[in-house]
Amino acid sequence: MARLTPDNTQRARDLIALYPQARSALIPILHVAQEQDGYLAEDAMVHVGELLGLTPAEVRGTATFYDMLFTEPIGRHLISVCTNIACLLNGGDELLEHAEAVLGVSAGGTTSDGEFTLEEVECIALCGNAPCLAVNWRFFGNVTDDRFDSLVDDLRAGRLSDTVPPHGMLCRVRRSVGLTAAGPAGSEHHVQSGGKEKQA
Amino acid sequence: MTVSDAPKIVTRHLGNPESWRLRAYLAADGYQGLRKALTMTREEVHEQVNTANLLGRGGAGFEAGRKWSMLRKSEPVYLVVNGDESEPATFKDHMLLENDPHQIIEGTLITAYAVRAARAFIYVRGEFALGLERMTEALNEAYAHGAVGHDIFGSGWSIDVVIHPGAGAYICGDETGLLESLEGKRGFPRIKPPFFPAAFGLYNAPTVVNNVETMSNIPWIVQHGGADFAALGAGRSTGTRIFSVSGHVKQPGNFEVEMVRTTFRDLLYAPVYGGGIRGDRQLKAFIPGGASSYWLGPDKLDVPLDQDEVGKNGTMLGSGSVVAMSEDVCMVRAAWRITRFFRAESCGQCTPCREGAGWLEKVLRRIEEGQGREADLDLLLDVCDNIAPGLTWPPRQTTICPLGPSIPSSIVSAVRMFRDEFLVHIKEGACPYGR
Repeated sequence: MARLTPDNTQRARDLIALYPQARSALIPILHVAQEQDGYLAEDAMVHVGELLGLTPAEVRGTATFYDMLFTEPIGRHLISVCTNIACLLNGGDELLEHAEAVLGVSAGGTTSDGEFTLEEVECIALCGNAPCLAVNWRFFGNVTDDRFDSLVDDLRAGRLSDTVPPHGMLCRVRRSVGLTAAGPAGSEHHVQSGGKEKQA
Repeated sequence: MTVSDAPKIVTRHLGNPESWRLRAYLAADGYQGLRKALTMTREEVHEQVNTANLLGRGGAGFEAGRKWSMLRKSEPVYLVVNGDESEPATFKDHMLLENDPHQIIEGTLITAYAVRAARAFIYVRGEFALGLERMTEALNEAYAHGAVGHDIFGSGWSIDVVIHPGAGAYICGDETGLLESLEGKRGFPRIKPPFFPAAFGLYNAPTVVNNVETMSNIPWIVQHGGADFAALGAGRSTGTRIFSVSGHVKQPGNFEVEMVRTTFRDLLYAPVYGGGIRGDRQLKAFIPGGASSYWLGPDKLDVPLDQDEVGKNGTMLGSGSVVAMSEDVCMVRAAWRITRFFRAESCGQCTPCREGAGWLEKVLRRIEEGQGREADLDLLLDVCDNIAPGLTWPPRQTTICPLGPSIPSSIVSAVRMFRDEFLVHIKEGACPYGR
């Protein structure tokens, strides 16, 4: 696993152009790196640092603070089961136990075929449909044991590949334009100071 | 029980199955608030929001208009919209980001205009993949429509908006933690003073940080006037607000209701809202405003959804999330789970929070698992008192941000309200609820 591809390097440059200070693009670019490799590979983090003028330690320091960013490989499907208060009251603990039994791994573990990583997570804001879980951050509510089993079957068989992309692919829609406020000829890095004043 | 006939404001577009698309938004008067704002002076727009007395919908409940007034006089100014919704049991912004992104963008643009922002950033919780997709798609549509970017609607005013994904950290819901995160760093909250965002925010520039639901109210307020908004609710708690109702109600969900004229009882029991407790069990207690709030008992069901009135009852409306707990809930387990959350999400900067949460979680675990001692009850309260001295409401703060002082809320509530239940765990050496 490697440095960012030329296409992803360009995406990183486009992201940097959106911010007054380059470092702000760090987390968005780390999502690009995780999309590329499924996790944050060492070489990719070094490359991201080069693009931003940051040391590898600064990149890693930010990356390791955040729960969604993985610095070690994980499964193709990250199953995140919520057990926080609204889910607790609706069987979230039992759902997690069921998931552990079905997948044969404890929370935090990855199945030996590399297909699934199971994690227990804090509230994922789907409390009206508790108990809930997410697979690669696509949400599933009102999850019964049976529904969990068929979800795992569907994921294994690739039947959900349209709705659940591989781990790391977060936002499938890309920004279509750069900064335009400064006008068609304007510098992308120029910070607008507020446009025309109304008569005040 | 009465249900107010107040109009829906922030959720008014959600009946449309394609509410997130520009086409649907425009058909429902979308971007008319922005068009109108651009014919007004910035001061006139600001005045309408002041008249509305819109309280921030993120958790702290600070007047949005006043926040805008406190900006340090310096250029540039930034606007940052907080869509990092992570308070346990809160799921309203998640819904708005997925289903009404244009309304958020329109509110952001109007606010950016009013506060003279040089650029606006919408920070979306990283886990909200669909929300990020819908927001990005909506922003692309808005640029193509001429609502964002250069010379907006031919007004001469220009601004760019950036959708920024988070990466999973509750602490980034704190406005200063969010700003650190937006600068590409670990989400360590900043100490106030001096780092009030209005004075020294993003890149140390004066910055307005407003919540997604707060932004979603702005287009309606500009279109209809602040007075119409202030006519709903009463006192300082004006307008309508989305409450996330979860737990043991028959119909959990997000409900937009009129402030003050609606009570907790309405929210939990009215057929159009929560619909009562599942299995027609008794309500044992409810969490009124997210995991950070002190709990209330059934005797407080008739307290109105009024920020100040709830404050007088020793807790808060917070993030607007109400969790019903039936008589079948083990309160030790509930408090333990919430404490486990705070332990996991403490950023680790401040000793009382970092160490306190860990100690409290361990003590609660041993009580729940039947290894508790009678002295543990005093120990719990003592550790809580070290984090938020006096255990008063609002809590006193020994830490940089409010996460630390939020830890005691569930524990102190559970111990005060259900002391006997803790004692049964300790005396019987097991959880009476069988887990």
